[in-house]
Amino acid sequence: MILQHVAPVVSNTLIAEGIFLLTVEAKDIARSVRPGQFVNVRSTDGSLPFLRRPFSVSNTRGDLIDLMFNVVGQGTRMMASRRIGDTLDVLGPLGKPFGFAGNFKTAIMVGGGLGVAPFPILTRQLEEEKKSLLTLLGARSAKHIVAKDLQNTQIATDDGSAGFHGTVVALLESSLQSKALADPKIFGCGPTPMLKALSEFAQRSGIECELSLEGDMACGVGLCQGCPVETSHGSRKYALVCVEGPTFNCHDIILR
Amino acid sequence: MIKESFTLRGVEFKNRVLVASGTFGYGNEVKELVDVNKLGGICTKSLSWKPRDGNPPRRIVETPSGMLNSIGLANVGVEYFIREKLPYLRTLDTVIIANIAASSIQEYCDVLSLLEQQEGIDGYEINVSCPNVKEGGLSFGTDCSKTREITARLRTLTAKPLIMKLTPNVTHISEFARAVEEAGADAISVINTVIGMAVDIYKKKPKLSTVTGGLSGPAIKPIALAKVYEAAQVVSLPIIGIGGIMTAEDALEFLLVGATAVQVGTANFIDPSAGVKVAEGMRSYAQRFGVSDLGQLVGAMESNKEFSVLQSWL
Ligand SMILES: Cc1cc2nc3c(=O)[nH]c(=O)nc-3n(C[C@H](O)[C@H](O)[C@H](O)COP(=O)(O)OP(=O)(O)OC[C@H]3O[C@@H](n4cnc5c(N)ncnc54)[C@H](O)[C@@H]3O)c2cc1C
Ligand SMILES: Cc1cc2nc3c(=O)[nH]c(=O)nc-3n(C[C@H](O)[C@H](O)[C@H](O)COP(=O)(O)O)c2cc1C
Ligand code: FES
Repeated sequence: MILQHVAPVVSNTLIAEGIFLLTVEAKDIARSVRPGQFVNVRSTDGSLPFLRRPFSVSNTRGDLIDLMFNVVGQGTRMMASRRIGDTLDVLGPLGKPFGFAGNFKTAIMVGGGLGVAPFPILTRQLEEEKKSLLTLLGARSAKHIVAKDLQNTQIATDDGSAGFHGTVVALLESSLQSKALADPKIFGCGPTPMLKALSEFAQRSGIECELSLEGDMACGVGLCQGCPVETSHGSRKYALVCVEGPTFNCHDIILR
Repeated sequence: MIKESFTLRGVEFKNRVLVASGTFGYGNEVKELVDVNKLGGICTKSLSWKPRDGNPPRRIVETPSGMLNSIGLANVGVEYFIREKLPYLRTLDTVIIANIAASSIQEYCDVLSLLEQQEGIDGYEINVSCPNVKEGGLSFGTDCSKTREITARLRTLTAKPLIMKLTPNVTHISEFARAVEEAGADAISVINTVIGMAVDIYKKKPKLSTVTGGLSGPAIKPIALAKVYEAAQVVSLPIIGIGGIMTAEDALEFLLVGATAVQVGTANFIDPSAGVKVAEGMRSYAQRFGVSDLGQLVGAMESNKEFSVLQSWL
């Protein structure tokens, strides 16, 4: 059930370069959200920016939800300036959660940039399901890494300032080469070019893979048809990211 | 008790606020969030004979006080609509307007005829004004004789309310308003989106896949008001005002310049209850200022026509 909360801000902290963790109290969303789902946030009390902004739910604790975001533009700048006692208008939980289908034993979470955002809540659920975990994070540099509430984490940076020097998908390839994992399944989240590379790698290696997409949205709830992603089979050319995603099995979509 | 209702060809709308086509899906997407029975009516996403995939991404760009869209009439097609969407709409206690888009006059007729055989549709809104498809859409809506012909043909097929949805992308919308009134339309919806574009200066490419798209939201409200006002000067059929309505105050402006009712569009994306809130706000306004029937506000703006530039070419 989708809910609209005017949620009190409980904390808002800078946790890495340009990256904030914003915690709000939104009881009904916190109690019902599943890993991979998102909320659509009204970042202003005025009229700009005009549309809501989608953010993955990063974690929950009781009645609280955490959002982890990168300051990239006007909306996220306004979110960064929210203080304790302010409110945030959130709509959610939205979208389809990550799928747990298949008899996998090891979950490999692969995040590019703020693609790490949904991994804390996903980690919790995977632990409950007694899966082995491997978390691979890619970031521009050491200053952009957020590795809180994760398990068995390896890092890749574009500039080599921490961990593996290269992309997170290259890190995945090299770690699977050095050590094969029992019945793996990949959970990927990040910018489209990274997801495309990850999807190609997963299909080449025959590993099951779920992806969480980013993209433009106007409504986030299926009203506008504004968020298409190309499907790879079936009678429809496009699926809607906001209601049929944001998580998809990599076999079902074509990324460009 | 304030009278909020109005009737169109025998169909009673409980209040003067509808939700606009393409901005409220098929009514069931946000049923958990919104009490849709508090709306005056729901206009469905445009329906065509066959399902339409719509345009490739990117379909949406935020712009100052509004947004551009290039959805390209992505819709499930009329048969699927009847099978999967209409049964829910039938359970609602609000007016259901089926919006129809097509790429030929015959297709408009076929879709409407099929819908005529179904229970649960109270009227039709004909989209001759979509700026985002190559065939049909604007090529009809900017051609006054075609618009007249479509209206006349559809009029012979239904006794239910027939609403023609006009585009602002013409020089004189009043000519189109007059043409569809003469051809037998019951009302006009004014306006569909305004053609616009946005450019990515880093990629040196248009932001939308189709280069241009339709602008909506508060950015177009002044244009919409002027178009409603212009049409209201020449026709006596009811006008449904659309364009950038976010609040009851916005809606009241439309009534004052001559709209009988309004539709709330893009505002639904920010607050799916926007339409319900607009209706509530209009009621409060009426209470506060002693208006017993919202109909009294329709066209009630006092203006000095002597200074109106419009008059010279109406
Ligand atoms: C389902 C979903 C979940 C998301 N979860 C998160 C999250 O947990 N944390 C997070 O930080 N971000 C997340 N995003 C992306 C986030 O929505 C955007 O970063 C945000 O909308 C930017 O808003 P803004 O007003 O600050 O920037 P804008 O002013 O809108 O844009 C500023 C710049 O950022 C670019 N940009 C905007 N949106 C995106 C995007 N979606 N992807 C890539 N570049 C973009 C623009 O092209 C522009 O260059 C998610 C997106 C989706 C669709
Ligand atoms: C994403 C989107 C999709 C739309 N789809 C349709 C459509 O299918 N048929 C139609 O007649 N109008 C469509 N419209 C136009 C709206 O119904 C309305 O006329 C226009 O957006 C102006 O009103 P607003 O500023 O309140 O949104 C669409 C508008 C938007 C923003
Ligand atoms: S964002 Fe509106 S339908 Fe997906």
